[in-house]
Amino acid sequence: MQRIIKITVLIIFLFIIGVFFISLDKDTNYNTKNLIGKNISKINLEYFNEKKFYTEEDLKKNNYTLVNFWASWCAPCRNEHPLLLKLSKEKNLKLLGVNFKDKKNQAKIFLKDLGNPYDFLAKDEFGKQSINFGIYGIPESILLNNNLKVLQKFVGPLTLKDYNLIIEIIN
Amino acid sequence: MKFKLILLILFFKFSFLHGAEKVVDQNSIYKNLRCLVCQGQSIGDSNSDFAQTIKLVVKDLVEKGKTEDEIYSFMADKYGEWIVFNPVFNKTNFLLWSLPYIIFLIGGFLIFSLFRKSKKN
Repeated sequence: MQRIIKITVLIIFLFIIGVFFISLDKDTNYNTKNLIGKNISKINLEYFNEKKFYTEEDLKKNNYTLVNFWASWCAPCRNEHPLLLKLSKEKNLKLLGVNFKDKKNQAKIFLKDLGNPYDFLAKDEFGKQSINFGIYGIPESILLNNNLKVLQKFVGPLTLKDYNLIIEIIN
Repeated sequence: MKFKLILLILFFKFSFLHGAEKVVDQNSIYKNLRCLVCQGQSIGDSNSDFAQTIKLVVKDLVEKGKTEDEIYSFMADKYGEWIVFNPVFNKTNFLLWSLPYIIFLIGGFLIFSLFRKSKKN
């Protein structure tokens, strides 16, 4: 009996050590990287200027699409804008800009001042469509292939490292 | 007569249960969804921009007739299981769910063995 108790205590002790060993090594920062490799469906993004919608069929026509959520009130969006302008020159990549919870006039001024890198421009007035892309703060960008599979997800403003990674993937 | 009465009671019981299943409580869903941009708050507790958007989407899904589990699985699909306070039972967390029962059984066995041994002595 004493032996069983000793073995049980030892197993519990090893289990606790094991849990700490695995958990302490884990990155506890939240990210939505689990979306990478999954397919995005039910895309229904309203055109910025018209009462029409971008659907899955529209995005399937492109080899690669970078869906970028942005707003004129978002300061980091200004920081990543030069990189988006550089990416807009890539022939293999189409940029879909989704104006997120923004005022139309302000968004127009933003693009007029900084330049419009987007091949397609959509709006997400109430942010509902952003949930479909696993967005929890902007700017965020999602790189999709022509099967609408998420190849990469960039949380926060794009960096030079992200830019290089996108170029590497699309070429 | 008795048989008819039992049938009638059963009918009301099942129709009541069926009706209860259909009612999805949005507030309980909000409470079980984590606000990802807040410090330990649920979607129901938070007034953040993210929480407001999630509330709108949950409302839409409820109106579309989605069940509570379908809504959780949609959210977990987009944001990972971290968004759900009460994680769904699956192969990665089966230990989390089953360990208390296993420990309970082992404990019961140990107590039973000790009790039997002391009785013998």
